[in-house]
Amino acid sequence: MLRFTIRRLFQVIPTIIAVAMLIFIIFSVIPGSFASSLMSDGKTASDPEMIARLNEQFGLDKPVYERFGTYLVGLAKLDLGTSFRTREPVTKVINDRIWASLKLAIAAMVLAVVIGVPLGFIAALKPGSLLDSITMIGAVSGLSLPQFWLGLLLMYLFALILGWLPSFGYGGGDFKYLILPAITLGVTPLALLARTTRAGVLEIMNEDFIRTAQSKGMSNSRMIRWHLTRNVMVLVVTTIGLQFGSMMGQAVVIEKLFAWPGIGSLLVDSVSIRDIPVVQGTILVIVLWFLLINTFVDIIYAAIDPRIKQT
Amino acid sequence: MRGFNLNLWLGGFLTVLVIAGALFAPLIASFDPVFDANLMNSELPPDATFWFGTDAQGRDVFSRVLYGAQVSLTVGIVSQIINSVIGLSLGISAAYWGGWWDDLVNGLTNVMLAIPSLIFALAIMAILGPGLPSLLIALGLTNWSWTCRIARSSTLSLKAQNYVQAAQTLGYSDTRIMATQLLPNMVGPILVISTLGIGSAVLAEAALSFLGLGISPPFPSWGNMLTDARELIVIAPWAAVFPGLAIFVTVLGFNLLGDGLRDMLDPHMRTRSE
Repeated sequence: MLRFTIRRLFQVIPTIIAVAMLIFIIFSVIPGSFASSLMSDGKTASDPEMIARLNEQFGLDKPVYERFGTYLVGLAKLDLGTSFRTREPVTKVINDRIWASLKLAIAAMVLAVVIGVPLGFIAALKPGSLLDSITMIGAVSGLSLPQFWLGLLLMYLFALILGWLPSFGYGGGDFKYLILPAITLGVTPLALLARTTRAGVLEIMNEDFIRTAQSKGMSNSRMIRWHLTRNVMVLVVTTIGLQFGSMMGQAVVIEKLFAWPGIGSLLVDSVSIRDIPVVQGTILVIVLWFLLINTFVDIIYAAIDPRIKQT
Repeated sequence: MRGFNLNLWLGGFLTVLVIAGALFAPLIASFDPVFDANLMNSELPPDATFWFGTDAQGRDVFSRVLYGAQVSLTVGIVSQIINSVIGLSLGISAAYWGGWWDDLVNGLTNVMLAIPSLIFALAIMAILGPGLPSLLIALGLTNWSWTCRIARSSTLSLKAQNYVQAAQTLGYSDTRIMATQLLPNMVGPILVISTLGIGSAVLAEAALSFLGLGISPPFPSWGNMLTDARELIVIAPWAAVFPGLAIFVTVLGFNLLGDGLRDMLDPHMRTRSE
């Protein structure tokens, strides 16, 4: 078990290096540099000498491979470089923002799991019923909704018209500020979880061991508890893992809409001012989050189901 | 209602509706989406003349939604075609040739799967700048990994089939075998994933335009219409409701169509929407 865990964790490293390289290459071919976008704010005429000086200061005058080498060495020491804008270490900039993102992601995921899984379960136990149809229509609608539009409408209704909740911002961590962004972010995983749980339950209902349990006269509630739930959980945990892993990426637009001070809005803001070290760092953190959650899910599997470890 | 594929028909209907709206926009719309601005008419609620109301510049929201469909569908369909071509060529050739090429493609696919496609597209848009061509590139290069995986696994199982080996014995070239023996036998699953892919590309375009990285105003895109509408949502909520509804209907159409195609082509295939 320990060997499996260590092996899976080590498999993350090459992917992270490849992602770092890809992101680095993309941003090295970028035509406008931070220096020139600093100058082109309209107030100051762009001065080639000044740009050269700024480039030298940020080490942008060196060849790409040399810069990538420096970056990788820094990465190994958990140093993501220095922000062009604030002149602070990128790790500090990200650390200031990531807790708000985590809070939002966890709130949204809890919402999705607490509502989505039971809904899918109940729907599958009575296939074709009204509740089942409503759940399935709701699920496919939830997957087709542009989340930021839903957020905009929720903001309009609950904040601007009814005045029950604040419309945007962090509010120093006040719970009220979390509600609307969390609902907005939670809708898609909720829909997906309801759908996956339903599909999983229906599939397992057709398995031989369920028929065996039924024919030996096991009571329905006992069967659901002992055979169904355990087997569906594998599928549900996969979906939760995948969704939770990709949540940081999905949250970008929603954080921007609600002015939520997480790494998603940090990414969008840094992209617009071409603060490349922060952009690279943020993307790496989002990818690392995805990979670690998935690795964690794999390890949980191997613990639940010993068959997986062998393959 | 067994045997009647509701998803397929409803999805097909919505898709055709949106495509028709985009194609015939110049005939249906009674106003120009960009130039018929009139501050005298600004922020009017929906009525007989302005079916969806007007925006801050007094432009007809209905006409702008129709023209916005052209952008969304162009981006959705063209970028998905690029994704499918990349995914299919990489996936089929990797499985067919194997060796280091297969390892390379596999590694690349894993990297692509790890970067959320919206984040990747956002990075590319930041470099290329706003506009339709950038959107097609950004969304066309970032969402091929699932197509590639499906193409690869289909090829692996097809490669052992007698007719493929017969074609090899007959001396068909590799590219001919891939195009005529392998590709036609995976059309079903590829069609399903591509239909769902169009839906997610439409969503991604709207999100990027909403962030100011997609289509630049004044030309309407559903995403940039929502950015404008956000400022005046209290005075003119209709300007925010209808473009979003258009995105929803379009994506719902493609999602239902994809589900319907899957049910039709393979009733036993597991419902997985990732």
